[in-house]
Amino acid sequence: MDKKGFFGNWGGAYIPEVLYQTFQELQKEYDRCRQDPAFWEEYLSLMSTYSCRPTPLTYAENLSNYFGGAQIYIKREDLNHTGAHKANNVMGQGLLVKRMGKKRVIAETGAGQHGMATATMAAKFGLECTIYMGEEDVLRQRPNVFWMEKMGATVIPVKDGSRTLKDAINEAFRDWVTNVDDTHYVFGTACGPAPFPEMVSWFQSIIGIEAAEQIIKYHGKMPAKIYACVGGGSNAMGIFKRFLDENDVELVGVEAGGHGIDSGSHAIRLNCPDASPGVAQGYKTMFLQDEDGQMKHTHSVAAGLDYVGVSPILSDLWEKKQVRFESATDNEVMEALDLTMKKEGIIPALESSHAFAGAFREVGDLSPDDAIIINQSGRGDKDIFTIAHAFEDPSWKKFIIDRGKEYSAK
Amino acid sequence: MQLEQQLRNKRKEKDILLMTHIVLGYPSFDANREVIKQMVENGVDCIEMQIPFSEPMADGPVILKANQDSLAAGTKVEDCLSFGAEMAEKYDIPFLYMTYYNIIFKYGEEPFFQRAAEDGIKGLIIPDLPPEMGESFLALADKYQVAPVLIFAPTSTNERMRELAGHGHGFIYCAARRGVTGKKSEFGQDFNDYLTRCRKATSLPLAVGFGIQSREDIEALKGKADMAVIGSRTISLVDSEGPTAVGPFIAGLR
Repeated sequence: MDKKGFFGNWGGAYIPEVLYQTFQELQKEYDRCRQDPAFWEEYLSLMSTYSCRPTPLTYAENLSNYFGGAQIYIKREDLNHTGAHKANNVMGQGLLVKRMGKKRVIAETGAGQHGMATATMAAKFGLECTIYMGEEDVLRQRPNVFWMEKMGATVIPVKDGSRTLKDAINEAFRDWVTNVDDTHYVFGTACGPAPFPEMVSWFQSIIGIEAAEQIIKYHGKMPAKIYACVGGGSNAMGIFKRFLDENDVELVGVEAGGHGIDSGSHAIRLNCPDASPGVAQGYKTMFLQDEDGQMKHTHSVAAGLDYVGVSPILSDLWEKKQVRFESATDNEVMEALDLTMKKEGIIPALESSHAFAGAFREVGDLSPDDAIIINQSGRGDKDIFTIAHAFEDPSWKKFIIDRGKEYSAK
Repeated sequence: MQLEQQLRNKRKEKDILLMTHIVLGYPSFDANREVIKQMVENGVDCIEMQIPFSEPMADGPVILKANQDSLAAGTKVEDCLSFGAEMAEKYDIPFLYMTYYNIIFKYGEEPFFQRAAEDGIKGLIIPDLPPEMGESFLALADKYQVAPVLIFAPTSTNERMRELAGHGHGFIYCAARRGVTGKKSEFGQDFNDYLTRCRKATSLPLAVGFGIQSREDIEALKGKADMAVIGSRTISLVDSEGPTAVGPFIAGLR
């Protein structure tokens, strides 16, 4: 990151003046933490006692045999407390909030995992907490809303625009400019104005640091390829960062192909003619936008990938060809999820299932002497309503109908 | 630049100037025409025309909805620029564009400035473009003599205000409080101290906006600011009573 917050051509801090001072303070505190080894020690200790770090690297023997190519390893971010990699970033920012002395945190959430993690952190650290969530996502991710509210957070459904992640971000910014003195905005992904992209990537980099040690221990050498799903890009940055200088490791980001790249109903920001450089939500990156600069509608079966922009750091790595980008459609994702559950007894989140789909396409072509790592950013049981619906599971449907009858009878 | 001089000349005749805000294409360009006519006939000194954007981060519910409805009705940037040119040609007061940076970035910074200058637009207000991010923007503003209007906030330090003032032209837009557009502001002691700090930081005319809704609000600004900005209030008025209610409302403000 340069002094103005750019990574190559991307990033920056396009913020309203009212936030300028707060960003100065945030940058200063973040710089202090970066230079203080005790801060990282405190972070590691918190993550190993409150969450489940280091998370395991699981050898997927059945999937490896099934494809007959490279050995498949799965980095288990789903085993973090609250069920996703989001906790890594949130607990780190929580420590930062304590140092800055702010009393209240706000956050946007798409899949609800970041909101969950933030509500958890706020409960633990005794902070007031408000979560903004697109109305469409509130419907898609009802169980997470339930838990956030149970942990004492206020969940505000956002009814503007496309009623998804980007609209929740706008609304969180509106709250922040109003309550800037006592409130910190716990940005959930490696996007937004500087220093968020770099700071979030730093907290998430713990994933790749662990994975590098683990793969050497189990496989004896670096992996041939690493796969991660890409919404905003925080889990991808988290696992990629450590391997950026390992020239023999290919890094692959898998975006949400939705109904297909030609459908106009997807969230593919890199390698897609529907996207172009733009500036919105405080930073410059590749956005899905029209010729006037108005943001387009996006779609993914996974709420956490359903977003118009992408981390400026990933746009830079894409431009410099240090990361290859692919996409997986909703249907491919459901197949990959089904296969992973049947073969390994592991339930990846719909978001993470994109990384599995991307890897499954290619793994058979690799040598059995090689290994790949798939980053399982989160667990899928939160998606039970969406997954059961997509599989048109008859016994689940009957359960919902019966429970509905039971409630309406009261 | 021309904008500053125009405002200074008008200020000699009035204790306080009035700037109003419209969202282009909301509820329609025909309604915009009627509203602007009523505004000009009732003595408005300057008008900021907002080119709608799908992500208006700094705007409150009223202007946010106006942006979304305008875009849903099919408003294009080109429609806005043609309309802006028509207004600047027709009326003898300064017209500005307010929008978010992506609109200008996608149009191309230089083509946008060239077009604005040709069409007689006097200034631009871009709330998500701090000077640190606007190096080429500020250079082009100078080249085409279209004033870049910068914003002060109550959270700006004295040092920061001086820095902003060094890049701004035309006037300084002082946000009356933290938060987004549209909510009522309180003009107490804190506010007076803030305006005193603004005044010390720059010799440019000071406009005050965010939540100014009534004759009393404007009265309170006399002697402390050069221009009052009415934004969401007239949009709500058009929503509830139609464009012809704007004239009497404006006439009653001073």
